[in-house]
Amino acid sequence: MPIQYYIFFCLTLFSIGVIGVLTRRNAIIVFMCVELMLNAVNLLLVAFSKMHHAAGLKIAAASTAGIDAQIFVFFIMVVAAAEVSVGLAIIVMMFRNTHSIDINFLNRLKN
Amino acid sequence: MSTLEILFFALSAFAVISAAMVLISKNPIHSVLWLILVFFAISGHYILLNAQFLAIVNIIVYAGAIMVLFLFVIMLMNVKSDNEPQKKLFTKFIGVLSGGSLLTLLIALVKQTVQLEGKEVMMKEGTIGLIHPLGKALFSDYVVPFEISSVLFLSAMVGAVIIGKK
Repeated sequence: MPIQYYIFFCLTLFSIGVIGVLTRRNAIIVFMCVELMLNAVNLLLVAFSKMHHAAGLKIAAASTAGIDAQIFVFFIMVVAAAEVSVGLAIIVMMFRNTHSIDINFLNRLKN
Repeated sequence: MSTLEILFFALSAFAVISAAMVLISKNPIHSVLWLILVFFAISGHYILLNAQFLAIVNIIVYAGAIMVLFLFVIMLMNVKSDNEPQKKLFTKFIGVLSGGSLLTLLIALVKQTVQLEGKEVMMKEGTIGLIHPLGKALFSDYVVPFEISSVLFLSAMVGAVIIGKK
């Protein structure tokens, strides 16, 4: 499978995430769209790792080229899990104070 | 068309449609359920790339833990879908336009890139995605980041509890 197909697919997913962040006002949906963008990047990292691995196997038969990208994806998932737990706690606190999850309420951070 | 290509295009179409439904559906609970479907499609892609460990971790961590957390928070808040504030139609249009132009720009960029031409992604073969090589790399070259991530988890847990208690 050519690498371009994977890039196009991941770009589409990423752009859908961007559109979601720009068009929705529900804080949880915005957060979910950020997760979607993160996943698109993860998939692209794995696709590039396999591309790199195919190139490395031509040089040496026992090559483990490309394994770093998969470790990176693993760490991205770890950080995403930590980020979601803190982010959802912030959203819950915001809901408790304002009784709404409209992100426009966060305007008051300006002043 | 080989079986791999059919699977690739089917999974991609499934993922893109589900991702679009995340944005379109009014009810936040439906959005979460559609997003779980996106994650399952992405896990299918990982299996196609023979990244079996990441496929399982993706299902367990994303579709399992994170999405349950989202669902839990939405049900805890009891947000009604009918009184959800909507952005103005003009703002929505501008948002879709800018996202679409980003997509067009990046696709045009990738299409022009000479370095990516003829590069093939290895599918259903290769051993780097299996647990054994990944575990070896994780506990030899990457053991320090691995341990630091446990500290990160601890601090995230403490932070979530402190923020939630206020």
